[in-house]
Amino acid sequence: MRKLLRYLRGYIRETILAPLFKMLEASFELIVPLVTAQIIDVGIRTRDTGFIWKMCLVMVALGVIGLVCSLTAQYFSAKAAMGFSTALRKDLFAHISSLSYRELDAVGTPTLITRMTSDVNQAQTGVNLVLRLFLRSPFIVIGALIMAFSIDVSVAMVFLAAVPLISLVIYFIMRWTVPIYKEVQKMLDGISRLTRENHVGARVVRAFGRQQEEIREFDQADSLFTRTQMSAGKISALLNPLTYVIMNLAIVAILWAGSRQVDAGQLTQGEVTALVNYMTQILLALLALANLIVAVTRAAASGVRLNEVFDMTASLKDEAQQEIKSSFAGSRVVFSNVDFSYTHSGAPALEGITFSAEKGEVVGIIGGTGSGKSTLVNLIPRFYDASSGQVEVDGYPADRYPLKQLREKVGVVPQRAVLFKGTIRDNLRWGKEDATEEEMYRALEAAQALEFVEKMEGKLDAPVAQGGRNLSGGQRQRLTIARALVRNPEILILDDSASALDYATDAALRRALREQSRQAGREMTVFLVSQRAASVKQADKILVLDDGRLVGAGTHRELLESCQIYKEICLSQLSEKEVAAT
Amino acid sequence: MKKSERIRQRETISRVLAYIRPYRLKIAVMLVFAMITVGLTLYAPVLIGQGVDQIVGPGQVDYGRLWKILLTLAGVIGATALLQWMMNLLTNQVTYHVVEDIRGRAFNHLQQVPVSYVDQSQPGDILSRIVTDVGQFSDGLLMGFTQLFTGIAAILGTIGFMISLNGSIALLVVVLTPVSLFVASFIASRTFSMFQVQSEKRADMTSLVEELVGGQRVVQAFSYEERGMERFDRINEELRTCGIKALFFSSITNPSTRFVNGLVYTGVSILGAFIVIGGGMSVGQLISFLNYANQYTKPFNEISGVITELENALACAKRIFDFLETPPEEPDDPHAQVLEMPDGSVDIDKVSFSYRPDTPLLQDITIQVKPGQRIAIVGPTGCGKTTMINLLMRFYDVNAGEIRVSGYPVKQLTRDSLRRNFGMVLQETWLKAGTIAQNIAYGKPDASREEIEQAARQAHAHGFIQRMKDGYDTWIVEDGENISQGQKQLLCIARVMLMRPPMLILDEATSSIDTRTEIRVQQAFEQLMEGRTSFVVAHRLSTIQTADRILVMKDGNIIEQGTHEELLAEEGFYAKLYASQFAQS
Repeated sequence: MRKLLRYLRGYIRETILAPLFKMLEASFELIVPLVTAQIIDVGIRTRDTGFIWKMCLVMVALGVIGLVCSLTAQYFSAKAAMGFSTALRKDLFAHISSLSYRELDAVGTPTLITRMTSDVNQAQTGVNLVLRLFLRSPFIVIGALIMAFSIDVSVAMVFLAAVPLISLVIYFIMRWTVPIYKEVQKMLDGISRLTRENHVGARVVRAFGRQQEEIREFDQADSLFTRTQMSAGKISALLNPLTYVIMNLAIVAILWAGSRQVDAGQLTQGEVTALVNYMTQILLALLALANLIVAVTRAAASGVRLNEVFDMTASLKDEAQQEIKSSFAGSRVVFSNVDFSYTHSGAPALEGITFSAEKGEVVGIIGGTGSGKSTLVNLIPRFYDASSGQVEVDGYPADRYPLKQLREKVGVVPQRAVLFKGTIRDNLRWGKEDATEEEMYRALEAAQALEFVEKMEGKLDAPVAQGGRNLSGGQRQRLTIARALVRNPEILILDDSASALDYATDAALRRALREQSRQAGREMTVFLVSQRAASVKQADKILVLDDGRLVGAGTHRELLESCQIYKEICLSQLSEKEVAAT
Repeated sequence: MKKSERIRQRETISRVLAYIRPYRLKIAVMLVFAMITVGLTLYAPVLIGQGVDQIVGPGQVDYGRLWKILLTLAGVIGATALLQWMMNLLTNQVTYHVVEDIRGRAFNHLQQVPVSYVDQSQPGDILSRIVTDVGQFSDGLLMGFTQLFTGIAAILGTIGFMISLNGSIALLVVVLTPVSLFVASFIASRTFSMFQVQSEKRADMTSLVEELVGGQRVVQAFSYEERGMERFDRINEELRTCGIKALFFSSITNPSTRFVNGLVYTGVSILGAFIVIGGGMSVGQLISFLNYANQYTKPFNEISGVITELENALACAKRIFDFLETPPEEPDDPHAQVLEMPDGSVDIDKVSFSYRPDTPLLQDITIQVKPGQRIAIVGPTGCGKTTMINLLMRFYDVNAGEIRVSGYPVKQLTRDSLRRNFGMVLQETWLKAGTIAQNIAYGKPDASREEIEQAARQAHAHGFIQRMKDGYDTWIVEDGENISQGQKQLLCIARVMLMRPPMLILDEATSSIDTRTEIRVQQAFEQLMEGRTSFVVAHRLSTIQTADRILVMKDGNIIEQGTHEELLAEEGFYAKLYASQFAQS
């Protein structure tokens, strides 16, 4: 948490003033019991009505000043806390944008979303509470103690006994219950899991006739949860009664000890009242402090999680400054002896990959899950850096390009079709900020998306819900393909992006892409990753991957002769007649 | 509109009352305790005041009476604490048990709602009803209710005690307090609108973050970072501006009411002091009054908080009841028979079905399947192949016509026995969090380890299971995320293998399985189908070609049926579908 405090830097004045004003307000509150004592001891005893009026004016004045101080403090702390969270959020967002795929893989984007939203809010609440209350409560406790001692040392001894006692009770109850509540939370997660499981798997549960068993399992988890919650509740239920008893017994003791002192002329009736009031103030302050500690602990936990994100550094460096201007006539993409592994210790995901892809070529990549197909294409736009060996694009090593320039050459269609809230037009503009309508329509046509977009109300301006939820899987995939095409890329990467399309659409798409790639002056190179033999069969070159190794490269016909694994894949998916037909 | 809402709210309340009925005794005790506690808490300041009255000055201390008062006070304190504790325990007990009841009932209901309901609902929605809403409902309702009750009791009690002490000061307090309430509600209404603006901005922020952080890979792929940062900065700044306002206004409620309370306190001091001077009251009684003046507004503030909490709780209750009241699956016919040892024949006789009345789907379908036959269902994505599965398993019931299994109309069979005679392997593999062995034995929990291993062997899963760290005891996390898609499929096959059902429903995976496993899955499917009537939603031509009959579906209907050769000869949709895979550029 401490590291995050740098985001308060722009608000140093507010950060210092807020607690100070809070303390000022608290000190006025500490004076009130003394004023009441004066009214009793002086005003009533001497029947001095003027004095009573005066004291009441003092009280009102104290109230007004207290209010002003308090409002000032609240304003400063609100400003500082919001400033803090705004700066923190901005920095965090920028930091996340700077991370490379390797780090995104490690934490997962859902985690990052939680960090950006609820953890930042939690930290903000923490800062706000600390600024407002963290000094105030201890200040009241100590201030009330000092006041008590200044009134009468021997009676104040009661305070010295009661305050630690109350603190201990609060401390032990919290120490006892916090771990149980953590346990309770875990059990609740289990209950959520069972519910989710039985919703998603409703068909299977019923197919196997297991409803009763599932209910029994749930009831068991639920009743354990209830019992644990109850045992924590039993302890928590002690907090208020116990502190109430201690405080009030202390008041009894104050009255008793006070009566001796009054009898001896050491203390007045009003002062006894003041002592009783201080006791009440202390209890309230201690209870507030306990709540505050819970909130701050939570904020601190968020702080730790946020720091974990900040501690991640991008493993990929964007160091090249100079844009490369080349009209290279050779191969579009060349891999020479490329190795890659996701973790430093883990097994390599790619090993000794060497191949070249020419301009205007359609390159099919096939292999089982985990064979390294996606990994391979991810190295081209430098989502990852090769562990060893070299990836060249248009005659230059990929890391010699500024990232932006390199990635603008490439149109990527990821496995998961991610669309963004807005219109179809907005989404296509992701590919090219200043795309014309004509360019958009051309891209939609090639991506086999024109037909359904034209049917939609508003066409290009038809709304897209968050995540593209208002579209079918196949429609989403076609739009992501159009998005990549609209930027007129030199390299198009389709990472298993046609899996939701039926065979006919898939075939039409491939035909359109082939036309595009062969257009003169453009010579787009297409990388087509797929698990379907039928999808890659027609490619100019097919790369066959198995367990991270390139086990075959060539045309369908060549590979059928030379590559056993390719043949196996084809035969497992296609009939012999289909395999033979080209 | 408002009225109907109120009626609905009243309905919800009466249903809530039905749920807490079993606990009415405990609740009654709780309320009695609450009243006594409130009375005692209010009596303590009176005693303190009386105590102070015994210590007037040097030589004016009545130790005897003081001692008696202090003893009483100690007794009152002890009793208050004890009752408060017991009340807390009772509240906990009732609250948690009501939660357990309702949650259990909701989960039970989840198992009874028709599959159509499950299909239409979001998992997150049901989850939040069963987990979050139930929790909030009980917390809000019971805790809120006791707070409301004690709050009202405290207000009435305070007024009573004050009147008994001195009428005119009591009047002053009662008249001045609404000022504090007015201030609080004035601020609250202002704050509310600012909070609304803030929560709108916050929602904007969240959806932007979900989009750009969630889609970070795409952001980087399209070099969208700078454009994203611009959008982010704009919303972030807006959030800051409205956040400061919301935070500030929400935090001034406490100081402001404290200030008004201070004024009441001052008023009591003045008036009280004059009455004491006039001899109408003792100093101790003034102190009791000041004490009350301090406490009096607290229950008012609490009650206004409690009311929103209660409304929230009722809203949660409504969501739970809405779920609980979705009609369950139509129960089995009371005379339904248990399907035993079916021969494997399936007759689909003039069946019509649609999910929604306005969009007809299957119409007048007749198919006769002989024992042991293999039926392949093919067609483009979204053609309704799963509808067939839904009808055969009776996840949905036909609208017209009849399906007979082994000669029995399915409506005259218990659903359980019908379903257990079908082995089902779906494309969306579903595994439970648990060990591999538990998952394989899902349909037959008493299976021995030998039986489990044998089923795994037949499903070609034994090899990979053995290679795992804990073998058959390897723990599978929710959704089987720690094993590959192909392995999950093999486990699902083993799960069916163990049951040895006479009939099968299989949904072939379109992709996402690695080659080696793919071959194994196929072999496992073959083994499974051996001698069993099977319906296969097929994607592989090899499966289709060996089928005894192919049903070609399009737009929810069966448009062609026959063997591979027959259908090719027909030169219809199937032939086109088949040819599309040979598409030449």
